[in-house]
Amino acid sequence: MEGWDPNTKSTLTQIPLLTTKAGPRDGAAWTQRLKEEYKALIAYTGMNKSNDNDWFRISAANPEGTRWTGKCWYIHNLLKYEFDLQFDIPVTYPSTAPEIELPQLDGKTHKMYRGGKICLTVHFKPLWAKNCPRFGIAHALCLGLAPWLAAEVPILVDSGMIKHKDDAAVSSES
Amino acid sequence: MDVELKEMLDDFESLKRALPDPSHQDSIIKLQRRAESLISLAQSSHARRSKVKDMSAEVIDSNPYSRLMALQRMGIVENYERIREFSVAIVGIGGVGSVAAEMLTRCGIGRLLLYDYDTVELANMNRLFFRPEQVGMTKTDAAVQTLSDINPDVVLESYTLNITTVKGFETFMESLRNKSFRPSTHNSGVDLVLSCVDNYEARMVVNQACNELSQTWMESGVSEDAVSGHIQLLIPGEAACFACAPPLVVASGVDERTLKREGVCAASLPTTMGVVAGLLVQNTLKFLLKFGQVSPYLGYNALKDYFPTMQMKPNPQCSNAACLERQKEYILAKPARDADAKAKEAEASNLTECPIHADNEWNISVIDDSEIERTDFPSSSDALPEGLVHELPSAVEFQKFPEPEEMSTSIDDLEDLRRQLDALNAN
Ligand SMILES: [Zn+2]
Repeated sequence: MEGWDPNTKSTLTQIPLLTTKAGPRDGAAWTQRLKEEYKALIAYTGMNKSNDNDWFRISAANPEGTRWTGKCWYIHNLLKYEFDLQFDIPVTYPSTAPEIELPQLDGKTHKMYRGGKICLTVHFKPLWAKNCPRFGIAHALCLGLAPWLAAEVPILVDSGMIKHKDDAAVSSES
Repeated sequence: MDVELKEMLDDFESLKRALPDPSHQDSIIKLQRRAESLISLAQSSHARRSKVKDMSAEVIDSNPYSRLMALQRMGIVENYERIREFSVAIVGIGGVGSVAAEMLTRCGIGRLLLYDYDTVELANMNRLFFRPEQVGMTKTDAAVQTLSDINPDVVLESYTLNITTVKGFETFMESLRNKSFRPSTHNSGVDLVLSCVDNYEARMVVNQACNELSQTWMESGVSEDAVSGHIQLLIPGEAACFACAPPLVVASGVDERTLKREGVCAASLPTTMGVVAGLLVQNTLKFLLKFGQVSPYLGYNALKDYFPTMQMKPNPQCSNAACLERQKEYILAKPARDADAKAKEAEASNLTECPIHADNEWNISVIDDSEIERTDFPSSSDALPEGLVHELPSAVEFQKFPEPEEMSTSIDDLEDLRRQLDALNAN
């Protein structure tokens, strides 16, 4: 795992791995995969909470479990910046990872594709490909979104592209 | 605008009559002339040519197909007009797809199916095709606007959707299966799918659809540093599919470690994208109209002007189930293919008795396909030709890894699991 910080590495190894290689078009096998996704997400969320590093909420937005929505946040200079989080499970999942979107930041940073899809590091896709089908949603959040927020939120804040919600409230009142 | 200009002309006329002083006449006539030329300009700007019933080879200024039909006269293409029977689906109407669509439109392709979910932005203006006044339109709508103006003979279908989602994929498949344009015995209603998307995820989706439909397609790509690209022909069962091996890309020669990625996602150049679109549509025309050699893989290294080629056999251990089915079918169809090839050979030997170009004064020889040096094509696991690299690693055999304990124990009901996560999310 070249190119990853030790923190991400140690967290990743604690997220349970998945075994069923199935996508949303695979019927019963997808239900089995979905159960594994939940187990990994439950373990990861619980782990974050007990490490005092709670940083996202995610849940299925439809019964099929093909669309997920939630929130994620990042603390910078003691202030919490929160964003909507969403993604679809692609038909070729888990061969391809979900493309994580932060729609509120669309157009605010170069490190993003159209539609608010975050631009992952060169290390993400190779690691995902190598570990197919053992990585799931929890791993994508840990390896994709967490490092992205850590790298981009400080830049977005310092450059004034995003404002803390309290500041925004003050400035809109004045 | 025409109406207002005509009213202005009338006003000038009455002004001319009303003014007794002849010294003003000249300047009024000048104004009239200017209004007249504005009227003709306005008319020409939205003059659309009418549809053409048959492609004519007649060499006159008003024939949009004369230079294309000349390919037939010169003996390059046997039957150019067949192009009107073909349907081509273009997935991704960006820097490569939009240019490919324009080329095929100008060539008089029968029908184009266009897929994209994006809108035109000012940031796209470093590439060809889209214009600043189209900013904000969906790429599919903007493309239809321009393409139908260029050539009203082409049947255009546009689909504003994301093919990677479950719903988008269903619509995508349905549109490919539709055979209303030309009846066929094939699974699909299109002759070729061109993938002009900019990411691995979408390519894998096109691969999935084409493997399921046994649909031949061509892949195209430009690297994120904008200095290399490639095109690839994929025939399900016969050639490697996109999942048979990790994607093959041209090494740009730039050291990955010196490439500065801070603050940027991808670079792009109209030149590299134009070159790749040109290579892609050239291969498309050769494939559809059956002339020249269709390239199985052609790379483009812009820094060195190097064009590596190669060919890949399908991987019998491919992770894509539909690919394995197509491979099986291809093997089963071998006797029929061999018989076909024999019949063609016999036909060809009859033909050589009366050569087409008897007066070959330049001694140009037409090389038979079988004489062209055939390299033993590396299978996915073998070494690659110089200048090509795999973009991603292969999946590590997962049986080797011990099954994590957490997965095999505790609750195994989906609803219970959902509730458990909700409970965690609630506080
Ligand atoms: Zn394959």
